Amino acid sequence: MKYIAKKLLDLIPTLFGISLVCFFLIRLIPGDPVLNLIGERGADPARYLEMKKALGLDLPITQQFWIYLKSIFRGDIGTSIISNNSVWNEFIERFPATLELGMVALLGATIIGIPLGIFAAMKRNSFFDYFLMSTSLVGYSMPIFWWGLILILFFSVKLGLTPVSGRIDFTYDIPVMSGLYLIDTLRPEILKAEGFAPFISALRHLILPSIALGTIPLAVIARMTRSSMLEVLGEDYIRTARAKGMSKTRTIYIHALRNALVPIITTLALLFGSIITGAILTETIFSWPGIGKWIVSSITARDYPVIQGGVLIISFVIVLTNIIVDIIYFLLNPKMRN
Amino acid sequence: MKVFLKELFFELRKNRGSMIGVVIIILSVIVAVLAPLLAPHDPTHIYTDSLNLPPSFVAGGSSRFFFGTDDLGRDLLSRLIYGSQVSLSVGFAVVVLSLVIGTFLGVIAGFYGGLIDKTIMRITDLIMSLPSILFAIVIVAVLGPGISNAIVAVSIVAIPNFVRIIRAQVMVEKSRQYVAAAKLFGAGNFRLMFIEILPNCMAPLIVQATLGFSDGILNCAALGFLGLGAQAPMSEWGTMLSDARSYIESSPWMVTLPGLCILIVVLSFNLLGDGLRDALDPRLKKQS
Repeated sequence: MKYIAKKLLDLIPTLFGISLVCFFLIRLIPGDPVLNLIGERGADPARYLEMKKALGLDLPITQQFWIYLKSIFRGDIGTSIISNNSVWNEFIERFPATLELGMVALLGATIIGIPLGIFAAMKRNSFFDYFLMSTSLVGYSMPIFWWGLILILFFSVKLGLTPVSGRIDFTYDIPVMSGLYLIDTLRPEILKAEGFAPFISALRHLILPSIALGTIPLAVIARMTRSSMLEVLGEDYIRTARAKGMSKTRTIYIHALRNALVPIITTLALLFGSIITGAILTETIFSWPGIGKWIVSSITARDYPVIQGGVLIISFVIVLTNIIVDIIYFLLNPKMRN
Repeated sequence: MKVFLKELFFELRKNRGSMIGVVIIILSVIVAVLAPLLAPHDPTHIYTDSLNLPPSFVAGGSSRFFFGTDDLGRDLLSRLIYGSQVSLSVGFAVVVLSLVIGTFLGVIAGFYGGLIDKTIMRITDLIMSLPSILFAIVIVAVLGPGISNAIVAVSIVAIPNFVRIIRAQVMVEKSRQYVAAAKLFGAGNFRLMFIEILPNCMAPLIVQATLGFSDGILNCAALGFLGLGAQAPMSEWGTMLSDARSYIESSPWMVTLPGLCILIVVLSFNLLGDGLRDALDPRLKKQS
């Protein structure tokens, strides 16, 4: 309990720090924000002052920060200059797309990566082990913005198997429920009207981006599983289990894997942040309408409220996820309780 | 120090992967240094009569341009050769910047502890909690796009790794006998920190510096790809990739080659870093 309380208390300065960074972010941009907003030409002094007052920029900086903090607590994180929508609404609109892509990528990487890692550990120093470890190092070094393009080049341009961009064929009009197309397209009324075609279309759109995004996590998971299994397999209790006459398979799956999973779960949690990083690049390549593409295009459009608010929410989401994983980890692992 | 390096090299030679890494790194450094001699053409010269030419070994290619030309008629091979200059110096700059700042902060945090330590670690945790590319993008958005701003951004993102590693090591080392002895001889804090303790923290620092190279090159290329790093007409691999995107169907070689260069260089630093870690980490040595 004390541990959880301490973790939650630790959260406060981190969130405060993130808000501080985001607050100063918009104020460090070269140039006058008021002039940026009303344009250099139409700035007569009276209107300039009026605008400055309306934006609250005439107040002392500490007071401005206080006002900013209060607005975050109210859930108001700014309004886009370009679309005039609230940043929060824009985020909520796009988040499911990134969530779907990230989950499929991470899930695929886990399902493939863990068995590969176990197998490599069991056949240590075999040809398969060497092959897998070198391949995973290549995967780990992969510039995914290039890898995505190569996948498009091969599967879409050469073979014509998969679509190049977007989440679903634009002929299907799927009403948003969960925002996850793989789930939304399987709702009874859609199935009745269109059959499985929308679901398959969504799946085909998802394949390449999730391979691109899942490559680095796959490499990390396979390597981590291998080294974690090797460490556990050298422990005394494994020898004891074998000496007792327990079969090799049972020893590996019941004793070794269970203990090896602990560091693997931690790795998975750490990968969450790199998934967001990867999503920024992957979504740009595949025109995937998620938060990564949103942030990048807001930077090109110099839509500073969106950058500020977007970075704030994304970092909050990541910090909160890390805390939740820490707590689950704590609850699962009896060793940490003392 | 000399013995240390000798031993390190001895350990490294047993690792085939890291030897491959070293060879590729040396080759790419040679290519970068000799770029003006090796490049058959001026990387920024525009040959208006030969746009989008495929490589010479493909049908339709010209023997004048080995890897073909890009959409503006610039020789791709020359641009790739000059790109190695950019990528390696970017990697070097990132490592030096983040290593110097990170080591300094890490030593101070580990040595003094208390409030100084807490403050430094809070800020490091903060930077680490943000996804690296996102944070770098934000910094570039504030500073404005360009190669030097990209280097600054990527270095800031890389600093926490060094701080953490050095801090942990310093905390172990500072309670050792030799530190107490030096203190008895009247060594000041500065001497204790940077002359007595720091040289004993070299092993993890070398590993992190090597891996920092690959991260730095990769992140700067990613920023270039997003249009936030090196700007035209500089031949940087990430920027070249982003320019080539619109020609993916008509000129696939323009997409394939720059990315392959990034992959090979990043991979070679990762190979070396992996080998160094195995060679320097006594815990792993015992296991195998």
